[in-house]
Amino acid sequence: MSTPLKRTPLYAEHVAAGARMVPFGGWEMPVQYAGIVEEHRATRHAVGLFDVSHMGEFEVEGPGALAALQYLTTNDVAALEVGQIQYSVLCYPSGTIVDDLTVYRMGDERYMITVNAGNIDKDWAHVTTSTEHIRDARWRNASEGTGLIAVQGPKAEALVGGLADRDVTGLGYYRFARGRVGEVPTVISRTGYTGEDGFELYAPADGTVTLWKALLAAGRAAGAVPVGLGARDTLRLEMKYALYGNDIDDTTNALEAGLGWVVKPAKGGFIGREALEKVRAEGPRRRLVGIEMVDRAVARHGYPLQKDGRAIGIVTSGSYGPSVDKYIGIAYVETALAAVGTALEVEIRGQAKAARVARTPFYPPKVKKPG
Amino acid sequence: MANVPKDLRYTREHEWAKQEGDRVRVGITAYAQEQLGDVVFVELPKVGAKVTAAKNFGVVESVKAVSDLFAPISGEVAEVNGELAQKPEIVNQDPYGKGWMLVVKPSSKGEWDQLLTAQQYEELIAQGGH
Repeated sequence: MSTPLKRTPLYAEHVAAGARMVPFGGWEMPVQYAGIVEEHRATRHAVGLFDVSHMGEFEVEGPGALAALQYLTTNDVAALEVGQIQYSVLCYPSGTIVDDLTVYRMGDERYMITVNAGNIDKDWAHVTTSTEHIRDARWRNASEGTGLIAVQGPKAEALVGGLADRDVTGLGYYRFARGRVGEVPTVISRTGYTGEDGFELYAPADGTVTLWKALLAAGRAAGAVPVGLGARDTLRLEMKYALYGNDIDDTTNALEAGLGWVVKPAKGGFIGREALEKVRAEGPRRRLVGIEMVDRAVARHGYPLQKDGRAIGIVTSGSYGPSVDKYIGIAYVETALAAVGTALEVEIRGQAKAARVARTPFYPPKVKKPG
Repeated sequence: MANVPKDLRYTREHEWAKQEGDRVRVGITAYAQEQLGDVVFVELPKVGAKVTAAKNFGVVESVKAVSDLFAPISGEVAEVNGELAQKPEIVNQDPYGKGWMLVVKPSSKGEWDQLLTAQQYEELIAQGGH
């Protein structure tokens, strides 16, 4: 059985620009335009434009909206001010992960959550059925009507600021504001998935092409280029940002994944709380760590890890990191072997290749200070 | 359309072979490196290793993908391009020149004629490469 791939409002722009289109999470998306390494470097040194319109957006509104989100997510939504954003996780009762997400407080009793493209249907079912007992929380799936463009890199602020009808320089990390960018009404969010300063611009689907063209035209002189999913992956890998489906999924719990900083049991009850409290008390058996290769070889998702011939974990992401010029990866290893510098071997095509646990992020983040 | 030099022979898996006296130089085609994207790692056999026609002799990895390399002909590896270990991107920059991979001393003569001609290879990639 195969269902047709979905397309973002920018599909025709990507094809016209000569992008190589690939299936990703049920969507037909650009994996690269000029080349993954070139796009990666352009983002680190100038500014990259990413079509991430495939991501899902749900809104929840009403006197019960806060209670619904507190029950669904692991982080403390009550700590959010209007205009503030929070990274968080949706868990199953077992403490394993439905999805990771960002939570936006749009108004006193109004929130938006942004979820991964491949999880939209699953997440929608999860959030609506799990909160049926909570009164006065109205959910709306805004995914189809919403486009999303990430503008990332040291020149992102000048580019977005130059097109916006409001100041963006005062917007702190994980804060957002409403404004027009290139005449398109947007939510200007100081967030991203690259480790660079930058923005994610939410726009109506029918304004997304206008916004994309305005950004490309205004940014050309500064070196703005469209960036595909290939470089999005190497950029996030250098930051050790988890990717759902690779590093985290419904078999990994939030604590072993290193997401304990967004698990706040003191806030009250939420799905997965008891299981995660137990994991926290006993200590996770394995941990998600960064690894770097010592031997020349590339670790890839699914490759086994061993030490002295004994299986001790598994690689969840791996590639070449263009900005660190090393073969790097993310892996689950037994807790006792999670210390930086620990020597390990990655089994690659039947051969044990030397690697070690690395300090992360691999590349120093340049994100804006929290405001 | 990717460059397909007339004086080379080709495999269906996108390797090229070049007769140099009694030896054969081997690499991957311009089409192959375009399809792969940025090459970040190349794993090759050692000098003296035996390779077998149509069998895997190494691996080329791009940022996103791992691809096997297939020998155009059987024989013994006489030379290996050691520069690719440090600078795998040469495969993208100059696939028919500095990006070569092996020089093989062929062990049988008949295999050369089994390889695709430039025209046959052009037809293959015009159909999408499969």
